[in-house]
Amino acid sequence: MTPATSPQRQLVNVALVRAHLVASATAFAILLLAGLAFALQFMQYYPFPGIPALSPGRVRMVHTNMAAYGFIANAFIAGLLWAIPRLTKRPILSDGLGWLIFWAWQGILVLTFLGILGGYAQAIEWGETPIFVDPLVLVGLVLLVTNLAHPIFKTRERGLYVSLWYFLAAFAWTGLVYFMGNYMPQFWVPGAPGAAIAGLFIHDLVGLFVTPIGWGLMYFFVPLLLKKPIWSHALSLIGFWGIAFFYPMQGVHHFLWSPIPMYAQYGAVVATIAIEVVVVTVIVNFFGTLYGRSDAMRSNLPIRWFYVGMLNYALTCLQCAIQVTLTVQKVIHFTDWVVGHAHLVMFGVFGFWIMGMMVELWPQVVGRPWYSTRLLTAHFWLTTIGMTSMFVILMAGGLVQGYLWGSLAHWADSVVYSLPFWWARTLTGLLIILGTGLFFYNMWATARQPAPAYVPGAATAEA
Amino acid sequence: MERLGAAFLIAGVVTFLLGFVLQGVLPMVTYRKLPVKTLAEISQDIPEEFRQLAEDYPEEFTRAFGEVNPASFAQALSRGRAVYIAEGCWHCHSQYVRPVSQEDLRFGPVSNAAEYNNELNLPPLFGTRRVGPDLIREAGKHSNDWHIAHFFEPRDVAPYSVMPPYRWFFDDKGRPNKDALAITAYVQWLGSWVEQVPQTIYNVDALAGAKQ
Ligand code: HEC
Ligand code: HEM
Repeated sequence: MTPATSPQRQLVNVALVRAHLVASATAFAILLLAGLAFALQFMQYYPFPGIPALSPGRVRMVHTNMAAYGFIANAFIAGLLWAIPRLTKRPILSDGLGWLIFWAWQGILVLTFLGILGGYAQAIEWGETPIFVDPLVLVGLVLLVTNLAHPIFKTRERGLYVSLWYFLAAFAWTGLVYFMGNYMPQFWVPGAPGAAIAGLFIHDLVGLFVTPIGWGLMYFFVPLLLKKPIWSHALSLIGFWGIAFFYPMQGVHHFLWSPIPMYAQYGAVVATIAIEVVVVTVIVNFFGTLYGRSDAMRSNLPIRWFYVGMLNYALTCLQCAIQVTLTVQKVIHFTDWVVGHAHLVMFGVFGFWIMGMMVELWPQVVGRPWYSTRLLTAHFWLTTIGMTSMFVILMAGGLVQGYLWGSLAHWADSVVYSLPFWWARTLTGLLIILGTGLFFYNMWATARQPAPAYVPGAATAEA
Repeated sequence: MERLGAAFLIAGVVTFLLGFVLQGVLPMVTYRKLPVKTLAEISQDIPEEFRQLAEDYPEEFTRAFGEVNPASFAQALSRGRAVYIAEGCWHCHSQYVRPVSQEDLRFGPVSNAAEYNNELNLPPLFGTRRVGPDLIREAGKHSNDWHIAHFFEPRDVAPYSVMPPYRWFFDDKGRPNKDALAITAYVQWLGSWVEQVPQTIYNVDALAGAKQ
């Protein structure tokens, strides 16, 4: 008897999904507090002066690493554990392995957190995970892929749905990218070529791990919630292959005008502009799907999170195509503009998708309807207003910094004139933190309600 | 579904490799003839600032590094670089001068690849953000004392600064410890290999003079 037909084993391991969601939310709380602390440094009010382990530079690395490996990775694992068995009608390889991976991954996060604060960060942007953590991550990734690829390979469904293309490609990409970025510049390739690889790592981590899993989950959740198929299969195909082809060849755009060979810089610029064209097809496909069901933007909160995230995606990609040009780089590189861009991508897009996913999944994994939909709505608006204004503020501040530098003003000017932007950034951060606080309270209150006679799937949050 | 599934895995590997070759391997090939300097080679050229550091803080220096020689300089550099990495200095300071935005006037000569082909750039510390100024031409811009005071309390020497103070580089009496000396040696080494750094931006009169 195969596991799929065994009545004892559920298709989706709900407890495991729940555990990953809780871990993701915990990491989110840590990253918000770390971001807030570092933002206070820019206002000269750092709350923990004189404590080496809470040195602002270290706290910044905790902020970004918790975003990538804590918040996003955990939520994505939860999404994969939810989506893949449903798409393939087969459970993951082993629940025991699933739990092993869960605990191993949280162990990795704790080691990363303590390692960075203890002064063992690795000098690879986004790969600051200490050197002794890197092999663990690689083993964890291999186990994860084994566990999750199994149902895809063994499915008896006809054909593979779009989501699974993205997931499979991401399974191949993530480990390769992680190995390349954490090992090559660290041990074998110094100087400018090493920087090219480090740039490739920064880019691929977003492009070949976060992006494909994010889009794969959107291809899963959106048709499900809208109760209609994706608009165009042809566009799905173009989108996938376009992203797979162009995304991996843009790394050097993080170091334009640097000593990396100019042809590699030109190549990165061209590939970056090319992918924006591809990305438009994906966006069109999703808005084509929404067409005729746009009432869902009002009535269905997860859909609202997903589509606002997609609008942000369109905005990021437009921004990318502009800021990647060598001309615009002269002004905006090294400034807060880039930080604004990073928040728009990591939070405005993928963070929003994760929030939508949590709103959708949490009632199902705790078996209770949401405690309060008003709190959910408040969470959405506070976060959206906070995120959008943070992005606008940082972009504007970045322009001010860039032009002041180019005009040879004293460095002091670029700092002093940035202060209002940095204050405003902190305030927008507080809005996000407030919204998130409401959300976490709502999650907690939902979980501790008495169990109702509950019909799974019936209580997707109606706002 | 094994076949189709494998096809997507393979597609993933192939597209990754294509990008890796174009953006990673080709730059390596281009620069394959650049010699990679070891730390031992680098530390043969001891800049004046390091000798001065031994004179400025004789007791602390002797305790931390002993004599001024290539071995102690190498030790100071790698320790300073480790501090630079651990404290995330590289998230607030870049280490390359671009040929645009008048950066050569502000910081000094534009960076070239040969400067970075050494053990201390494994991994490279280019950086992607400038809250403070670029540091690759930092050598000699300020005195050792300035740096030591700056690490103790940046706002004592630059009142507008948002750089954090690093009190744990100092002992109870406020004397610099090994980390303070090492990080100072490291930033004073950055760019010590290029000809005199123009001081334009820190000296507006010089800039006006150059224009006449
Ligand atoms: C929060 C961002 C931040 C961090 C982290 C930071 N700095 Fe700075 N740094 C600045 C700013 C802003 C200035 C300009 C104002 C000043 O001189 O203090 C500066 C100035 C400097 C200068 C003087 C540059 C010049 O040419 O005048 C040096 C040297 C320096 N920093 C080294 C370091 C080192 C070493 C570290 C890590 C131990 C570090 N910084 C960490 C923001 C930062
Ligand atoms: C309370 C809300 C937040 C605040 C106050 C905040 C603050 C900050 C600050 C001060 C920096 C450093 C910028 C610099 O070096 O100049 C930063 C960087 C970053 N943050 Fe946040 N952040 C917040 C939320 C988030 C979220 C939710 C995410 C992702 C999910 C995120 C992802 C990032 C990333 C990726 C960077 C690196 C940017 C770069 O290097 O270009 N942040 N954040």
